[in-house]
Formats: sequence, structure tokens, C-alpha cells
Amino acid sequence: MSALRFADIAGWRAAAADQDPIAAARTMAEAAQPALNALITPAVVTGPHTATAGGALAGIPYAHKDLFCTAGLRTTAGSRMLDGFVPPYDATVSARLDQAGAVCIGKANMDEFAMGSSNENSAFGAVRNPWDLQRVPGGSSGGSAALVAAGIVPFATGSDTGGSVRQPAAFCGVTGFKPSYGRISRYGMIAFASSLDQAGVIARHARDCAEVLNCLAGFDPRDATSVERPAEDFVAACDRGVRGLRIGIARELYSAGIRSEIADCTRAALAELERAGALLVDIELPRLQLSVPAYYVIAPAEASSNLARYDGVRYGHRAEAARDLNDLYARSRSEGFGTEVKRRILVGTFVLSAGYYDAYYLRAQQVRRLIAEDFARAFAGVDVIAGPTTPDVAFRIGEKADDPLAMYAADINTVAVNLAGLPAISVPCGFVDGLPVGLQLIGPAWGEASLFAAAHGYQQISDWHFRTPQFGAGVPS
Amino acid sequence: MSSEWEAVIGLEVHVQLSTRSKIFSGATTAYGAEPNTQVSFVDAALPGTLPVPNRGAIERAIEFGLAVGATVAERSVFARKNYFYPDLPKGYQISQYELPIVSGGSVKARLEDGREIEVALTRAHLEEDAGKSVHDAFHAASGVDLNRAGTPLLEVVSEPVMHSAAEAVAYMKALHRLVRWLGICDGNMQEGSFRCDANVSVRRPGAPLGTRNEIKNVNSFRFVEKAIDYEIERQIRALENGETIVQATRLYDAAANRTRTMRSKEDALDYRYFPDPDLPPLLLDASDLERARARLPELPDARRRRFIEQLGLPEYDADKLTEERAWSDYFESMLQVLPAQAKLCANWVLGELASALNADQIAIEDSRVDASALAALLARIADQTISGKIAKDVFAAMWAGEGTADAIIDARGLRQITDDGALAGAIEALIAQFPEQIAKYRAGDEKIFQFLIGQLMKATRGKANPAQLNQMLRSRL
Repeated sequence: MSALRFADIAGWRAAAADQDPIAAARTMAEAAQPALNALITPAVVTGPHTATAGGALAGIPYAHKDLFCTAGLRTTAGSRMLDGFVPPYDATVSARLDQAGAVCIGKANMDEFAMGSSNENSAFGAVRNPWDLQRVPGGSSGGSAALVAAGIVPFATGSDTGGSVRQPAAFCGVTGFKPSYGRISRYGMIAFASSLDQAGVIARHARDCAEVLNCLAGFDPRDATSVERPAEDFVAACDRGVRGLRIGIARELYSAGIRSEIADCTRAALAELERAGALLVDIELPRLQLSVPAYYVIAPAEASSNLARYDGVRYGHRAEAARDLNDLYARSRSEGFGTEVKRRILVGTFVLSAGYYDAYYLRAQQVRRLIAEDFARAFAGVDVIAGPTTPDVAFRIGEKADDPLAMYAADINTVAVNLAGLPAISVPCGFVDGLPVGLQLIGPAWGEASLFAAAHGYQQISDWHFRTPQFGAGVPS
Repeated sequence: MSSEWEAVIGLEVHVQLSTRSKIFSGATTAYGAEPNTQVSFVDAALPGTLPVPNRGAIERAIEFGLAVGATVAERSVFARKNYFYPDLPKGYQISQYELPIVSGGSVKARLEDGREIEVALTRAHLEEDAGKSVHDAFHAASGVDLNRAGTPLLEVVSEPVMHSAAEAVAYMKALHRLVRWLGICDGNMQEGSFRCDANVSVRRPGAPLGTRNEIKNVNSFRFVEKAIDYEIERQIRALENGETIVQATRLYDAAANRTRTMRSKEDALDYRYFPDPDLPPLLLDASDLERARARLPELPDARRRRFIEQLGLPEYDADKLTEERAWSDYFESMLQVLPAQAKLCANWVLGELASALNADQIAIEDSRVDASALAALLARIADQTISGKIAKDVFAAMWAGEGTADAIIDARGLRQITDDGALAGAIEALIAQFPEQIAKYRAGDEKIFQFLIGQLMKATRGKANPAQLNQMLRSRL
């Protein structure tokens, strides 16, 4: 079976000509489950899958973040609230992958309702990082990143509200892509913070992310925030090369909180890009520091409202023997939601309350506009902006569990991208303490093509993305 | 009511827009189906579902705005009104808050005493209806019917400019007439298509506004009048007893004819309004408004004026003929055939036709005699083929389905006798038959003349032209 552990979609596709990669991926996922806990629900896959069927991703196995509704397959959002919820419909992302011929082997573990950066906030237990089983894989798309890193699937879906694709990709040494807001339909992707949420892709290679994006991108009449744009070939964009590409380096992405070894890793990567013909340009993002506080007002505000539907009335967890309506609400939600979700609902409810709305929510929205303006100004002179994805490498499970503020502060380099609705990608760029480091590349709105040119260009001159964790050896072959 | 007090009343009227599907989903809005059979995944607020605005609802709101001379916003914003209730599946209602689609404008209304008022509007905004809680269908449990959830509403908010229940009802009736006239609402109050919340306060004339109470959800003109009257009385009584009015939301109990407190200001909910991140701002341009303007019918006030000034109709007829668009259109269709006979047409529409429709309890749209058929009948009065009296018999025959006016007139031999010779013969026969009466008339008994005419009409079976007969008999005698 180990012969099937290919690094990229092309490898899986070649193998699929005479073998069953779906069965192989499922077997590996099952074997890895006790160690990684990366899946919440394995998919029931019927019949042998070979590449004979049509579709751009025909016969390619993938893991699907448990945030995307899958008709007939339990979808929990990592929450006890939705333990046992089987959607009657497919998310647009699920349907498009299905149309492309890709085969979901299971629903990937995640922080509850995508709230978290460690995957410790899952009602179904923490996911472990294949590079070090004592460490977190990052979050919230932790299961997706761990499965790709362990070579079990060539790609996995994720969602990115403040870094939930890029940060776990960085922690697990794989590539994580988040598109411009409105590029991929949110229909059927369980909402955390609607104005920030975007579906994303985790794969080993940027090129594979582009290939999956080709299948997922496009207007959806069922999502009023999805945007109608001319079709683009993102795979073709990968081959544009980096010669003459202007890469902006912002001092603010190298703030005091960024560990120096991490900064060095990314600087080395940028130097290599420069040698390959890219131009490095100093830019400023003066209000980046405000992005974490703004994000932690806006995201909880939207979440407090988005999660109001989980009331125990129509579906999901419902408290037993409620005394009255308020008791039903209070107990269903107290029992169904975990600590971090409750914390954010409370914060969000507070910042939207009469008398506080102007000081918090409205002000955060103003800051958001300023941050978007900073990026717009910067992109007048550069094609992409680069910096570390995270301040540090993957931390130990439990290390920050009691310090939500430290956890939030570590989002400093990722959340601004969501506030401004920009596309971004994290690519592996080295190791610190034997753990992967991610280089984040940020593009202007709808500038995915430049982003893929830069990311793929870098992966042509580096091999960090080929490194696989020792864990893989533990998978029975 | 004591004359030292002045009541101040403002109304919020919920106008259900007559779209086939709901405001944010494709489910049907048809009334009266089995519970929960008209509920889409969006209406049930399944995880991951998203609202998409219904063009038809927006177009109707624009038409309303233009019809009341309001400002239709180039940019309006859907907002979430957050509160928990079992018939509110998302835990929030999508409405418009700070930036409604329609601002300002006014509605003219005529009171029963003929006085005319012009009621200024504050705004009109789009929103979705909630579902319905059912408290009497199950033992020890309540049910929820979501058929109504997501039904499009236009909430029309008046300024607090009315001073009596009679004014409020006159305004509400004028608004009811207008929305039905525009065809944007079916106006069915039993089915809840047109419902009203009334804000009532009292003050000393010239003093600042008093504390208001809001009477919720009244769905008949009569109840609105009674509820407001009761509430004015109640507040005056309280103030005269030295009490203060406590701001509260009240319900009208029709059986007891009183209002009672639903919740006081202390229990008022904080709805935590904020812009709905699932719905981009609603942008309208000049062409959207132009298209709506082109769809607008001639408005009732303009048509009423035209009926009076150009057709010479009395005010009463003009009022009656502009109460409902269908009646007005019926009348106008008749004028196409009989342009010079407006008064005759008006008399017949408001007379014979109205009573026939009323007797059979059918709407004018379903009339057994259509406008052109009725006009053809009246043409026979106009050209003196038949008398008005005979025409009533012909109409009854037409109503019974016996054919066109001409066919019935011919089949029954009802053509008026206008031949002098035939009438002269009848007069000679009369003179021979009633010598005494003739003598009395000749002696100056004017009263006997009507008797003689009556006898002549009898002899000609009503077919004689009465004016001609009159003139001939007088000259003969």
C-alpha cells in the first residue's frame, strides 16, 4: 500500500489507473486514526473507484472538513451540538468536488465551529500533529492538514476565517490556500463569521491547490456573497514564473511576537525567490497591529448571531426534560457548545449590545476598512506580500489551552487577510526545532493568479513541501 | 374623551408582498397548506444555508416607494434583528434597520366625514415574516409551523401624526387600497396579509409627546379603531388619576375589548441589530427605478381626479370607482365602448352590477357579465332601442347566461316602440277605454295623467319610449 503514498494529485491519478486509491486512502486513514484522530466520521464509500469516470479529479480521494454539509453523511462542525446531524443536502463545495469525480473518504476533525487555532476545541478530541504527536496540528482545519501531511490524501478541504487553513498548513508542513472572499460559494459551509469565512484547500503542492480551486471557484446563485467573474485557469497561472514578480515585505509582518528563527526561515525563502528573479520591495501595513482586536470583535459578533439557530428546537442537541422554553434554550446550548464557542458567543453578544455597539462593533468595522485600505495601497506597488504565516512552530497540546489571549495573539499575521477579503497561501519554507515553518504569500483581491505564480515558483526552487513526517513510517503498508 | 387631551398615533403596517416565493428562498408563499409543507432548507435555517433576495419583493417595494412619493434608496442594507423564539428558525429576523429601501413619502386619506388628511411616512423596509407557534394542537407541548417563515413583508411606518382612531383607520384603509391597487399585496386581512401595530400616546395639546404604548398585531379595521379608542381612554384615565404611563407593548383582546400589557420597557429586548453579512448592500440604480415607474398603474387619486374633472362624475361615484383597481378598470373598459356615457356606465357599475355581484358573492374579476357585454347593453339604452327599465330585465337575462344584450332584446321582442303610428293607435284605444279618466284630466286633474301613462305602458308591455309617449298623449289631449 505504501506505493500509493504519493505526494501529489498527479501521483495518485497515475496510480489510480490500475489500483484503487480510495480503498488505500481509507485503509491508511483508519490505521492512522488512533494516533492522529484526524477524522470525525469516515465516509461510506461504495464500489471500487478508478480513474475511468470523467471529471478533473476523477478517482482522487480527499478529506472533507466537517464544516461542509454532505447529504446523508453526518456533519458535526466539531460540535456536540451537531453530533448526529445528517444534512439532507450537499454544500456547493461538496457538490462541485463530487462533479469533478473526487471521492470523500471522511469528514475531517476541526475546532468546534471552526473556532480555534489548535484543534483542541473539538468535541471529538484533539488532533495530533504527524510531525510530533505531542503537538497540535493547528486549527481550525487541523484534521485536514494532518491527513495531507501524513500522506493519507493528496488534498483536503478547509475553511479559513482568520487563518484556519494557512496556520494548520504551516504547522503541518503542507500548503494551505485561502481564496479571495466571494471566490468559492459558502452555501452549505456551516457559518462561523459570514463576512470572513471562505472555503480553502490544503494539499502538498500549491499546484494541487490550484487544480482543486479550478473545480471550486465560481459564482453560485445560492450564495449572495459569491461573485460572478470570468473563469480563470489557476493551474496555468502556476507556470507564469517568479521573474519580475514584485514581492512586498512588510516590517509589520515581522513584529516583536515573531520568533527570530521563524523570521530567518522566511527571509531565507524570500532570498531564494529573489535569486530566481523576483523583486523584493519594502512596504508598510501600518495598521496591521489593529487586526487582531478588530477580528476578535467582528468574528464573535457574527458568530453570536450565526450560532443562534442551534436552539434545540428543530435539529441538533436538545436538552432532556426542559422545564420551559428558556430552560430548553439555556440547557441545550450549555450542553451542546464547548468553552471556546461559548466564550465567543458571549463576546459577540456583548459587542453588539445596545450602548456598546458603536464602541466595539462599529469601531472594529472602521478599523477593518483602514486595514483593507493599507493593503490596497501596498498592492499598488507589489504583486504579492510575503511574511511568516505564524509567529512560532506548532505548540504542545495543552500548552496554551488556558490562555485564549495568547492563542488569539498568534493570529497576528493571518486575520488581516480575512478582514480585507484577500487571497493568501502558506507554503512550507523550512524547519525550526524539527517542526515545519510556513511562508505566507498574500495577493490582492482576485489576484490568485499572482499568488499561484509565486507559490508554485517557490516550490520549483525548494523541496520543503516534499518533506514527510516520520509518522508516515508508522502507517502499515 | 376629555377635550383637554390630544392623542398622538403612529402606525406600523405589515404589508405582505404578493410574490410567489419567499423573500430569501424558493419556497412557495401560498396560504393554507398543511403545517411545515412549504419550508425550504433555508427557511428551516439548516446549518450552512444562506439567504438570497427575491427580486420580486424588491421590485414591489420600489413600486410602493414611487407610489407614495418617497425616496427609494440607491443603497439599502439588510440587517439582523436577533432574538430567540421557536418560530424564528435562525434566531434572527432579516429586516432593514438603519438604511431602509424606502424613506419618506405620504399617503392621503379621507375620513367618513369627508375631511382629508395626509399622513407622512417615516420609512418602509423589507423584512421576512416569522413562522407560527401553535399552542393548542398538542397536549403539554407547542408546535411550530414554518410555512409562513420567510414570507416577504414591507413594513410601512407612519410618522406619529394621527390624532384619533378614525384618522388611523382612514389612513390604514387608504394604505390598504393603495397596496391592492398597485398589486403588491392581496390585502387579505383574515390571512394576515395586512396587519397593524399602533403606537398610541396622549398629551396636553402643545406639550411634548407623551409616553407611548404599542398595540401589537391588530388585523382588522374595526379592531384597530376599538383598540386605539380603548388605549386613548385608558391613558387619559390613568393620567387624570395622577398615574404615569409606562412604556409597554400591549395586545388587544377583541373579546374583552381591552388592551393588556405583553411586556413593559424594562423587559424590552435588545435586538442587537447589525448588517447581515450574508447579504451585500442592496444597490439600485436609475434604471431599476425607471423600470418600476413604467410598471406603475395610474394611481387612485389621479384617477379619481380625472373621473371628476374630465368625465364629470360626481365625487361619490369617483370615490366608489377608485376604491379597487378591478372595479375601476372594469369601468374604464366600458368607457372604451361608450366614451360619452360615463355617468350611465357609473350608474350601472355601482348599481345593477354591484348588486348582482353582491347577491352571488363573486368578485368583479369573475363577473358573469364582462365590461364589453355590459357596455353593449348600455349602448341600447343610449340609442333608445330599449328603456332603462327594460335594460334591467335584459341584464338579468345576461347574468343568467342567456346571451348578448342584442340577442336577448331580439329574442324577447323588447325593442322600444318609437313608431308614432303605433303609439297613436294605443292612445286612441286608451281614450276609448277610459273616458271618465280622460274627462277628469281635461278638467284639470293633473294627477290622473300618470295613471294614463301607466295604462299605456301596460298596453305596450313597457316597450314604449316614455318621453315620446308623454309628449304625444299631452298633445292629443
